[in-house]
Amino acid sequence: MKQKRKVRVMVAKPGLDGHDRGARIIARAYRDAGFEVVYTGLHQTPEEIVEAAIQEDVDMIGLSSLAGAHKYLFPRTVELLREKGADDIVVCGGGIVPDEDIEMLKEIGIKKIFTPGTTLEEIVKWVEENVKPR
Amino acid sequence: MPLTFDQKVFGDIRKAYKRWQERLDKVFSTRSERLERFSTVSDMVINRIYTPSDIKDQDFPGDLGFPGEYPFTRGVQPSMYRGRLWTMRMFAGLGSPTDTNQRFHHLVKEGQTGLSTAFDMPTLMGYDTDSPKARGEAGKCGVAIDTLKDMEDLFEGLPIEEITTSMTINPPAPVIWAMYIAMAEKRGMDRKRIGGTIQNDMLKEFVAQKTFMCPPKPSVRLITDTVEFGIKQVPRWNTISISGYHIREAGSTAVQELAFTLADGIAYTEAARERGLNVDDFAPRFSFFFNSHLDFFEEIAKFRAARRMWAKIMKERFKAQDPRSWWLRFHTQTAGCSLTAQQAYNNVVRTSLQALAAVLGGTQSLHTNSLDEVLAIPTEEAATIALRTQQIIAEESGVANTIDPLGGSYFVERLTNQMEEEAFEIIQRIDDMGGMLAAIEKNYPQQEIADAAYHYQRQIDGNEKTVVGVNKYVMSEEIPVEVIEIDEELERLQIEKTNRIKNERDNRRVKESLGKVGEACAGDENTMESLVEAVKSHATLQEVCDVFRETFGVYRDPGVY
Repeated sequence: MKQKRKVRVMVAKPGLDGHDRGARIIARAYRDAGFEVVYTGLHQTPEEIVEAAIQEDVDMIGLSSLAGAHKYLFPRTVELLREKGADDIVVCGGGIVPDEDIEMLKEIGIKKIFTPGTTLEEIVKWVEENVKPR
Repeated sequence: MPLTFDQKVFGDIRKAYKRWQERLDKVFSTRSERLERFSTVSDMVINRIYTPSDIKDQDFPGDLGFPGEYPFTRGVQPSMYRGRLWTMRMFAGLGSPTDTNQRFHHLVKEGQTGLSTAFDMPTLMGYDTDSPKARGEAGKCGVAIDTLKDMEDLFEGLPIEEITTSMTINPPAPVIWAMYIAMAEKRGMDRKRIGGTIQNDMLKEFVAQKTFMCPPKPSVRLITDTVEFGIKQVPRWNTISISGYHIREAGSTAVQELAFTLADGIAYTEAARERGLNVDDFAPRFSFFFNSHLDFFEEIAKFRAARRMWAKIMKERFKAQDPRSWWLRFHTQTAGCSLTAQQAYNNVVRTSLQALAAVLGGTQSLHTNSLDEVLAIPTEEAATIALRTQQIIAEESGVANTIDPLGGSYFVERLTNQMEEEAFEIIQRIDDMGGMLAAIEKNYPQQEIADAAYHYQRQIDGNEKTVVGVNKYVMSEEIPVEVIEIDEELERLQIEKTNRIKNERDNRRVKESLGKVGEACAGDENTMESLVEAVKSHATLQEVCDVFRETFGVYRDPGVY
């Protein structure tokens, strides 16, 4: 029988914001949960993230943001995925995102936004339930 | 050495302690102790009680002394808050230079005694607002500064002759400082009289705050240029604010914050000495910046240990003679990472306790976080409550009436000693690796911080550590908090403003001045004077930083997790 491959997730830090504590903790939690993890490191443009996601053949991108630029960076990432025909990659986000912005982000195709106080277990569980190998 | 306690009493204390422990064991045999394990927020185990036995080798005055005397455990100035209170310095920056200028005026009017500038991400990274990399970021988490004109607008009408200014800026610090000097000189001030601080601490950027531009070695070279220039040209300026704050925010323990910060200080001292500078000429202008986190006594002990450790390092390791070189003067900010989005009004209480710890630890300057800072940069109302928090501690609580009120507490002294010991062990490990630069190349501090951050998050998720409103006392309905919104128009307006300046300036002069910056960077010449000239010619922040990037290369995040 064909072995089912592991879920491949990318943790990405778009923009110039250097607050990566959350992103790195999430990357580690994914690794501990048995996912294959690609962490982009800091200061990535949406273009770089999308290109890397396609090249690495990931099933999900998790975008992390603290400094307020999510309103441009998150939608831009989704838009680029669509342009490249890779919009079957699930996109979720996390960090300091005000409630007012969450609706807008969901509407444009971000599947889930994790806000402060969410446990690692909840996040891992969500990925297990919502992301399947492509 | 005169010991604090007569050594004969320890036999009696031991007996009494044993008796008491046996009684307690009986109590806890029928019902268990409240927690299985009592530990600080950094997971340092805390005993049931502390007695003179815990500090039986303590030597007074050798280990404590009086404030203003070596080793400064009880404070750097002899008078401390009996003379003057700490500087109330609220970190502020939002939107355009004019928006931030208004906030500064408000804070000064409400009794703030120092200024502190927060820059937006493009400025922090050395990009202008019109850079493609800056899209969506202008003015979001601080003020946007592209040119000298922005710096002038930022400080318009503020009494910079009387109050000092701190600027949280790192890779472009020499350029921003040059803009400040140029702005002050345009106002007719002598640069020898300008007082303030630039953060200018790149080593902690690589391990914690992560705003970086060039690789570590050239970064330290540019910092050393500012140190050298400061001695001769701007003697009242603190050229580096050696920062533990961000190390802690990135998830380190209190001991790691202490050790990595002082190890960074050691690296800057060594770099300046290699330049041929005399330690007593530059060390008095080094300042420090620490976090004040949730664990009240751990923080107080950390501040006290930091002072004593730095005094020892300066006197014993670097043979500094001037007592001012031995002083660890520091600014404190309450812990942003301890704030919760849930039940955000509780953040006022957290911040009060953290501010109190900083004051009991003898800080020289303090920023108190606003309750809404977990959601966005603060509204004017929230920032005012945070300033009032300091004023209440200073003028109502009575804690500033005497110096180092917790000195002599068995617990606090023991914890101070223990943190010093553990932090010196880490510094030894870094020395063995060949110093902080080598340790950073090996990703040692990065990995240690990542491990500690993950451990703490696991403790919260597993309810081993309580976060009120998050994993305990959770409410389904939140009291709404007003959050500031930065006008999206700002980006366009700021780009227009910079374009106008670019059209009006003498481009030949700009090109020439940037050429001189390039020459200084490529050779051994100190870069600072060329930077002052460049910003005076209205070269933009990015134009100057591009010269740095072209000459020194760009550092890429190794992405350790």
